[in-house]
Amino acid sequence: MMDGYESIMAQRADIMRASLGLDYARYRTGVLAFDYERLLADTGYDIDTARRVQRQTAVGDTPLVELVNITELARAVAAPGKGARIFVKDEAANPSGSFKDRRASLSVHEAQKRGYKGIAAATSGNYGAAVASQAAKAGLRCIVVQEAFDSEGIAQPEIAEKTRACEAYGAEVIRLSVGPELFYLLLCVLKETGYFNASLYSPYSILGIETLGYELAQQVQQQVGRFPDVVIATHAGGGNVTGTARGLKKAGAADTRMIAASVDLSGLHMASDHDFNRKSFTTGHTGFSMPFTTWPDRADVPHNAARSLRYMDRFATVTQGEVFYITEVLAELEGLQRGPAGNTSLAAAFIIAQELNQDRVIVVQETEYTGAGKHPLAQLNLAKRLGIDVRRGDPRENRPGTRIVIPEHPSQLAVTDVDLDGVRRSYLRHAIDLLSADDRLSDVDWNFLADETRTSRRYVEDIINESRRKTG
Amino acid sequence: MADLAAKDSWVEIRRTVLAPGQRAPQVPDDTQRVPLEMRAKGFLVAPARLGDEAEIVTAAGRCLRGVLSEINPAYGHGFGAPIPELSAIGPEVRAMLRERGRFK
Repeated sequence: MMDGYESIMAQRADIMRASLGLDYARYRTGVLAFDYERLLADTGYDIDTARRVQRQTAVGDTPLVELVNITELARAVAAPGKGARIFVKDEAANPSGSFKDRRASLSVHEAQKRGYKGIAAATSGNYGAAVASQAAKAGLRCIVVQEAFDSEGIAQPEIAEKTRACEAYGAEVIRLSVGPELFYLLLCVLKETGYFNASLYSPYSILGIETLGYELAQQVQQQVGRFPDVVIATHAGGGNVTGTARGLKKAGAADTRMIAASVDLSGLHMASDHDFNRKSFTTGHTGFSMPFTTWPDRADVPHNAARSLRYMDRFATVTQGEVFYITEVLAELEGLQRGPAGNTSLAAAFIIAQELNQDRVIVVQETEYTGAGKHPLAQLNLAKRLGIDVRRGDPRENRPGTRIVIPEHPSQLAVTDVDLDGVRRSYLRHAIDLLSADDRLSDVDWNFLADETRTSRRYVEDIINESRRKTG
Repeated sequence: MADLAAKDSWVEIRRTVLAPGQRAPQVPDDTQRVPLEMRAKGFLVAPARLGDEAEIVTAAGRCLRGVLSEINPAYGHGFGAPIPELSAIGPEVRAMLRERGRFK
């Protein structure tokens, strides 16, 4: 049934074209450039259409909840007059329990419209449950390929829960041990079945999130009388930041600052069998967000529709222990058991709120359902079993994979800002690596790179020319 | 017998997809040293014993082959014991809000 690894990888482009029905080559406009906006617009899903499709399966229109007690706690440790109002968009209210329903809905709708018999996705997260849930309602068959357990057979508890959820929605789940060959298995499945590829990075996936940003801008407008000052998104592959920011702009919230927040997992290797169960987080971490911000086109599609560097005003990291701490606080002060995923941005919001005046509004743009395996207890019990030191203390002493430090006091929480200039330079280095010596960049390419890095043509010209001189 | 599964039982099969050394070139050494293993569930096509080569029909209707590893496999994930390092957080932050007059 399965072709060899090399053979399947060599057929990758053809398999992807057949399974997505998108000809990415049509959108190439230069050596590096492609027409990003046209790639998205040609799908036909503007905000109104996306909302109409999503409402058919009860996706979206989730509550916006003011976290009055967490805001008060932030003010207790903030300088006088500081401590912005913190709100959260309760995305756990979506059918399968996370914002990923938004991402899955347009893919499943498209698959159904175009007559595919089934849909497949390679994902170990909520997205699998979302695709399975949407496929169940649409009457499509569904296959989810997961990276689920290490070579000792120890399952990551959060992923074990996603397996259960996918199976509850009637999906076939292929569980794999650790490694990036998850994608190879997905290609095998797509080739064998002819199913639609619900890639996390297709235009459908990103356009489905625009409704989130759009809704939250309108809700804040209705509840507070103006647009939010800051929106914080947990950042991994870039879709959450990209789709939310685009939706905010479409709602007219042009001045809202978009902040990306990730859990710091520096030092752990994402394809390491040993490190797999020592991460204590399955997403929203730097193991995804760093590589995908500095080069989005490492995804499973030729042009990733999630291009977060275009949209983020700031990129901050928090520690594992800080996220576990704020998860407890959310349950105990707000009566909301949510996360883990959205609580990365909640930890960042708790800190960034203390930088802002009390009349400012900061929105954490997602929650997700909590359950067996998807809970700090499950993660910390596994961490202890694997010999990771779990203790109260100064979160600056947190060491991913070795020591998880739960803060002793809310005043200890702090964000670490990622140097965006360094990220932009890294992006441009990746772009240069694609060029051969005689490739000449056109106006279209220079402007594309300026858009990609949210800088100017002058900025990218200086960096690229400097780099090309060095490599001569 | 407990290790004999009847036709149409819900079971799990396992198989090795890529042997050690045949892994993707970019994987680190520790991953390169172990096989890529696959586990899948479905309804058994014909009676089989644990450890036998068996065929299943998955929820998506696909036929897959592998070694029969579990009959009616359980979902074993949960929460586990309370974590002492988390247990005090709630009382601590509620006390702070009581001091500010927000909580009784």
